[in-house]
Amino acid sequence: MAAGVAAWLPFARAAAIGWMPVANLPMPVAPTNKNKRQDELIILNVSGRRFQTWRNTLDRYPDTLLGSSEKEFFFNEETREYFFDRDPDSFRSILNFYRTGKLHYPRYECISAYDEELAFFGIIPEIISDCCYEEYKDRKRENTERLMDDLEDNKDNKPPNMTFRETMWRAFENPHTSTMALVFYYVTGFFIAISVITNVVETVPCGTTPNQRDIPCGERYTEAFFCMDTACVMIFTVEYLMRLFAAPSRYRFMRSVMSIIDVVAILPYYIGLVMTNNEDVSGAFVTLRVFRVFRIFKFSRHSQGLRILGYTLKSCASELGFLLFSLTMAIIIFATVMFYAEKGSSSSKFTSIPASFWYTIVTMTTLGYGDMVPKTIAGKIFGSICSLSGVLVIALPVPVIVSNFSRIYHQNQRADKRRAQKVQKARLARMRISKAGSSTAFLHSKRNGLNQSLELTQLPYYKMKLSPQGSLEEDQQLKKTTSLLESQHHHLLHCLEKTTNHEFVDERLYEQGYLQTALQNFPSQSPSLSSEEGVTGTCCSRRTKKNIQALNATHTHSHTHNLQELSALHIHCGEQQPLNTSRSSLNLMSDESGSLNCKSSGLVTTAIISIPTPPSNNSRANPDAPPPPNPDAPPRPNPGSDVVKISAL
Amino acid sequence: MGMVLGTFSMHTKQVTYRTDKVDDELEMTMVSHRPEGLEQLEAQTNFTKQELQVLYRGFKNECPSGVVNEETFKHIYAQFFPHGDASTYAHYLFNAFDTRNNGSIKFEDFVMGLSTLLRGTVRDKLEWTFHLYDINRDGFINREEMTEIVRAIYDMMGKYTYPALKGDVPKQHVDTFFEKMDKNKDGVVTLEEFVIACQEDENMMRSMQLFENVM
Repeated sequence: MAAGVAAWLPFARAAAIGWMPVANLPMPVAPTNKNKRQDELIILNVSGRRFQTWRNTLDRYPDTLLGSSEKEFFFNEETREYFFDRDPDSFRSILNFYRTGKLHYPRYECISAYDEELAFFGIIPEIISDCCYEEYKDRKRENTERLMDDLEDNKDNKPPNMTFRETMWRAFENPHTSTMALVFYYVTGFFIAISVITNVVETVPCGTTPNQRDIPCGERYTEAFFCMDTACVMIFTVEYLMRLFAAPSRYRFMRSVMSIIDVVAILPYYIGLVMTNNEDVSGAFVTLRVFRVFRIFKFSRHSQGLRILGYTLKSCASELGFLLFSLTMAIIIFATVMFYAEKGSSSSKFTSIPASFWYTIVTMTTLGYGDMVPKTIAGKIFGSICSLSGVLVIALPVPVIVSNFSRIYHQNQRADKRRAQKVQKARLARMRISKAGSSTAFLHSKRNGLNQSLELTQLPYYKMKLSPQGSLEEDQQLKKTTSLLESQHHHLLHCLEKTTNHEFVDERLYEQGYLQTALQNFPSQSPSLSSEEGVTGTCCSRRTKKNIQALNATHTHSHTHNLQELSALHIHCGEQQPLNTSRSSLNLMSDESGSLNCKSSGLVTTAIISIPTPPSNNSRANPDAPPPPNPDAPPRPNPGSDVVKISAL
Repeated sequence: MGMVLGTFSMHTKQVTYRTDKVDDELEMTMVSHRPEGLEQLEAQTNFTKQELQVLYRGFKNECPSGVVNEETFKHIYAQFFPHGDASTYAHYLFNAFDTRNNGSIKFEDFVMGLSTLLRGTVRDKLEWTFHLYDINRDGFINREEMTEIVRAIYDMMGKYTYPALKGDVPKQHVDTFFEKMDKNKDGVVTLEEFVIACQEDENMMRSMQLFENVM
């Protein structure tokens, strides 16, 4: 329940009088306001600065420090005030939260100090209102990034007990972790350089043959170059196989760009080994040797700047695409114009439009080789327009690419936005959960059977329902931990249930109940029970037999205040609690209720028994002691559900 | 190049300023209302001064302008019933409080209504409830009105109930109600029939007394 409207709860409860004539059932007893006193001013002394407010204002948010009984720990008897040894400036915004229901983040405040204050007073940061939330998130993100940068410098401590494979992978990725890795790093770098230089030198003419022709070194010293090539490829192959072995996810490694480059670098050699002396394919084989130049890209593992350049180009794909597109448009336009302008002149180089493409490109990029020049006046005019516009078209996207590069070099922001979007989703989810906490709080307290003990028609055995060992104090304790506001709200919801003769259940149980009624067409009892057993897998045959007994002993209902509904108790065992930030329900759920029935394990099977109440003539032998629910049911693990629903008539 | 210049010039034309509209809207929401003096209200209702103070603080907190319109009222009431849809019932409640039928509840109306509900005689409470049910204020409750009210109450339960809500449950409820209340079986319930029937039902009397210590 939003605490801002807590002041209207008396109104809502008063308006519930409107349901009375419609209801067929008696209403439950209202929770009494034991310590009913006039609303008083309380003084909060925060490091000497005194704040005063009404007690009811603080009671609006019972799951925070100031709203719960936790503030009693800070009560100073002599001065009759609550003393907190915290920052008074931050306390202002926290107190305003109680007053207005909105939490604001002051801009001058340090983010971690503010976070600490919020944590101390038990307020989750997600409820910062929208006006201040962006600022808060930005500051928080900056802070965490700065902390992470500091952390990364200390990241090289080797975690203990890494497998050989993990060690190897780590050595490959961070060469400065160990000497072996560094050696390997430099050796591979050296061999990449050797391989590239070899490819280059192969084509240099060195020396002449007797028939006055320069032959490239590659053909002169074939064996030497072949040995060099073999050695390099050996090393590269071994390196690739080692990386493949060490990779944590081989499939992902094989798909990564670097490994594709590796493969492309060594494949030509092997293909060359396989197909030799085949005249047809040797042409293709020569082309394959071109791919050996890709070995130079292996340097990108060794150079951070190269990687960033590659990443920039990838991230500027849209700008590059625009550049290309606009250039293509301009080229086609100008080439067409130049072709038709130069058509008239004789011995013109502009033989076709595609031939004019070359001229247009050279002019627009301001290269101006001069192998094709316009000769007519119109051609010269259009040529000059072409070169002017070329400058502009190329100048436009380039600064964008440059700024991209610098932006990526100093922390990539796009990844942060993606993370922020995820966080936004998480924030909304948490707010939804804390809002839903109010609606589930009622269901939880119902499951704890608190409301049952407040029936007007006092059925005493209900008091013993949860506590086979007579731990009534636990019951009382459970009652106390919900605030008065909450218990009044729950009373109101309970009245509504009684008015309509239906109960609130949560979605899961609703679906199970739906399944139930679908099966439930049998007039007699045992078939329905057996079918239910088949469907839901009741765990305790003892319990079902006792319920049959109860059925046989029901009396005819003739007067209005019959309990036609099955007052069902839902004991919720532990685990599958939705994330609930309400302290009181946390108290209820994890501590008390969990221990009540699920002693050995957290899972108890579902037993849904919804049995129509057939009129029967035997009076109940013992109206006050129908079969008590069996709390010692041996829990049988059932992965499906963990709610025990114990029905009693 | 010409295209580039052209696109730049086109862009500037699209920026327009819309401050005028915002000013108009601001003026309309500045209506506020202050209630009559504390002594007068104390005389007219059965509340003490402190109770009136507490009530007013809560009222003013939620509605700083001093009046509640139907939207705000529905919003407030819906906070108490997160499971289902409380807007229909809130609408009828609003009409019951809005005795002057001008679409807004001032603090005086609010306090008068509460005074009847919490501090009034049994007859007063029953009369107030009758007026709540009598949607068209003709002095009679007929089946349609009652069905509307009961359906609104069931709407507040929401979808996830046990046992699951079927379509004709409100109708059964209305039938039970009419059986109980409509003594002369003429299809409508008058105020007198209503009062007499309710006073005969001890459960209802007992339930009504439950809410006396709400404040």
